[in-house]
Amino acid sequence: MMEGIFRINGKEKRFTFNPRSRLLTVLRENGYTEVKEGCKEGECGACIILLDGRLVNSCQVLTASAIGKEIITVKGIGDIHSPHPIQEAFVEASAVQCGFCTPGMILSTYYLLKDNPNPKEDEIRKALDGNLCRCTGYVKIIDAVKLASRKMGEK
Amino acid sequence: MKEISKPIRKVDDQDKIEGKVRYIADIEFEGMLFAKTLRSGRPRARIRSIEIPELPDGYFIVDANDIPGKNRVKMVINDHPFFAEGEVNYIGEPILLVVGPKKETIFEIIEKIKIRYEDLNPILTMEDAERKGKTFIDYEFTKGDPDKAFEMAEKVIEDEFRTGYQEHIYLEPQGVVGICEDGKVTIYGAMQCPYYVKGAVMEGLGWDEDRVRVVQTTTGGAFGGKEEYPSIIAGQVVVAALKTGRPVQLIFDRDEDIMVTTKRHPSVTEYRVGLDGNGRITVLDINIKLDGGAYGGLSGVVLQRALFTATGVYNIPNLRVRGSVLKTNKVPSGAFRGFGAPQAIFGIEMLMHHLAEKLGRVPLDFKMDYALKTKDTTSTGGIIRGEVKLPEIIKEVEKMSDYRRKHKESRKFRGIGLSLFLHGCGFTGKGEESIKGKVTLRKKGKDVEILTSSVEMGQGATTTLRKIVSKSLSIPITQVLYDNPDTERVPDSGPTVASRTVMIVGGLLDSAAKELRERWDEGDEIEVSKIYKHPGYIKWDDKLLKGDAYPEYSWGANVVEVEIDPITYEIEVLGIWAVYDIGVAIDERIIQGQIEGGITQGLGYATIEVMDSVDGELVQRTLTDYKIPTSMDFPKIESKLVRNPYKYGPYGAKCAGELPFVGAAPALASAVENALSVPINRIPVTPEYLLEVLSG
Ligand code: FES
Ligand code: FES
Repeated sequence: MMEGIFRINGKEKRFTFNPRSRLLTVLRENGYTEVKEGCKEGECGACIILLDGRLVNSCQVLTASAIGKEIITVKGIGDIHSPHPIQEAFVEASAVQCGFCTPGMILSTYYLLKDNPNPKEDEIRKALDGNLCRCTGYVKIIDAVKLASRKMGEK
Repeated sequence: MKEISKPIRKVDDQDKIEGKVRYIADIEFEGMLFAKTLRSGRPRARIRSIEIPELPDGYFIVDANDIPGKNRVKMVINDHPFFAEGEVNYIGEPILLVVGPKKETIFEIIEKIKIRYEDLNPILTMEDAERKGKTFIDYEFTKGDPDKAFEMAEKVIEDEFRTGYQEHIYLEPQGVVGICEDGKVTIYGAMQCPYYVKGAVMEGLGWDEDRVRVVQTTTGGAFGGKEEYPSIIAGQVVVAALKTGRPVQLIFDRDEDIMVTTKRHPSVTEYRVGLDGNGRITVLDINIKLDGGAYGGLSGVVLQRALFTATGVYNIPNLRVRGSVLKTNKVPSGAFRGFGAPQAIFGIEMLMHHLAEKLGRVPLDFKMDYALKTKDTTSTGGIIRGEVKLPEIIKEVEKMSDYRRKHKESRKFRGIGLSLFLHGCGFTGKGEESIKGKVTLRKKGKDVEILTSSVEMGQGATTTLRKIVSKSLSIPITQVLYDNPDTERVPDSGPTVASRTVMIVGGLLDSAAKELRERWDEGDEIEVSKIYKHPGYIKWDDKLLKGDAYPEYSWGANVVEVEIDPITYEIEVLGIWAVYDIGVAIDERIIQGQIEGGITQGLGYATIEVMDSVDGELVQRTLTDYKIPTSMDFPKIESKLVRNPYKYGPYGAKCAGELPFVGAAPALASAVENALSVPINRIPVTPEYLLEVLSG
């Protein structure tokens, strides 16, 4: 077993873990169940987190390689008291159905809008290419990203 | 009345955007053990022996010997064992569970278990099953006098269509937890049908209903995939919980989920068409064959819907419709959005398209010559009672898509296709009558709680049902409560399937709400229940397959435009236009979500979702091999609704959940035909298939 300190959603956390384990598993075992497991193959994007500001599929990251790094999950960007405009936009645009893809979708959107506050439709589609959604057909999700971009522009 | 359709903020979204909502894999129960399934590696074999290594303390094997009741899962045909009993009939069939506190140790134990098989001759293709006469069920019915009509026909044309497997890929894999406490079991899990699970567990344990409780947890997509399958794994974990005395969790990983859960039935459909001297269709002979896999399950009912949908939106005077579910040693097929209708609609729409091309007609005009009208008789001799608004639907979709001009100007590698379709609302035949769905409204102070076994699985049921009740009671939606169903609290409203939740269950809630409104001042706590009764005019004979197969129909038209790469034969979809009559939408934006999701799944089915079985084993076993549409695959979907209130639906609503799926594939495939001027007889339409067709 190994031990390490991680900074998750702004708080320091110490975990003990199997050296071969993936970050997704360790996060989920320690209560960060908002990070979803949809495939464990790097195909679905349900497990997406921000790792030192980079967008990664946490199922593809060795936990040991993330020691000391900054991790942000969907809970780290906002909650009911101060929802992030992206979260607001997802609700307003009706971009959430079963919700299983939603945490990953929101983080991919967050990452896109950080560097590109006014993305064009094809840029949005490209940015979400790694996030599978089986419910929505992506139409309302793309609407939500556009809406979020407008909302953030207003702030 | 119109205002009900106005979109509102969905009530269950807040928890989902924060990541606060807990799916079954996110819930820890105290002392919970994990389980992993050991499965058959053979398509058909006798199990000679199972060698179990010495188990570390706290680890258990759970198998058929631990089942106190019947080792068969209650579905429609009750033939799937919870655990194999001496023989296996498909690769992936569950044999036993290894249960214990540590996942790694469980994997190590599984690795060490040795099974000796005696292989038996498997049936691995539909053709082989047909040759050997292996079917679960066969149906046949006629209308008019098909034999005579064929005799009189000037010309007889034959055609055949095939469709492939489709895997649901709900983003949340299957999962359940079983708990045994004080002589009672509780199952938590992702599911569509809490009372199906309850019934199956009662039979597996041989226990009565007071001792079995089922609680649905927030479900991450289902699409039919969580209709009958959860009953199997619920039975397994419950037996494990009984044996270990601890809560037992069984969650599939994606590969396992793809490999062993039910899929959409592959199909082969043969058509014989009789034409008179004027090129008019006088008679149709349709034979639909579905690959049922190793166990019957729900396949017979899927076949029924396929057969009752076989003539699509057309009125043909003479018919012979037959079909069978073939028994093969492959993973069982089961419920999937559309439930047999997609295979049937693909076939009939493509057939009509082929006939139009042969006769030199514009497909749309040719189709309209046969379109059903109000008061027409259906293939089973039922009556189309509601107003048929196909002409209006078509006018809209033509306008949106510019179909006629584009069809006329179509050139090599660019084409446009159109599909017309319907969907029978609610259960087939006697289904609704025998289930007798029940709902209850409970007033407590100023709040009213909805008690129903209909689940939310992403389709918007919580918002839609609350909207109906809030409107019928004239109270704010925030005063209408709804929680995930718990069989201890909710009556059996029937399963969450067959696009029946709004029309049937919503209808019951509407009438309960109206009664409660009358009685509102009687007290602080009032309960009102309603039980479903079929409208009196509906007649159905289950033996003869005669009468009204469905109480009502929803309708639609899709147009798809494509461009095909002349070198790679990859299909690019340029536009998708869709118009539907679903009666009245309870929430227009939720319906758009159903439309967009349904069409995207349907286009995936038609193009990239390839799944083959070779020697009884699936070739595509991971999300890397089995591709579903991403945000890059299809352009924006333009959709519209034509209003057509249904007298018995709440606020005029009919069915909507499956309808958008069924029309997409034929619209796409006929667009490809239009672009390449070659007949398409199969989905998925892959570049490899196109190459094959084009090189003759
Ligand atoms: S779980 Fe990591 S990409 Fe699917
Ligand atoms: S909302 Fe269900 S997978 Fe996206």
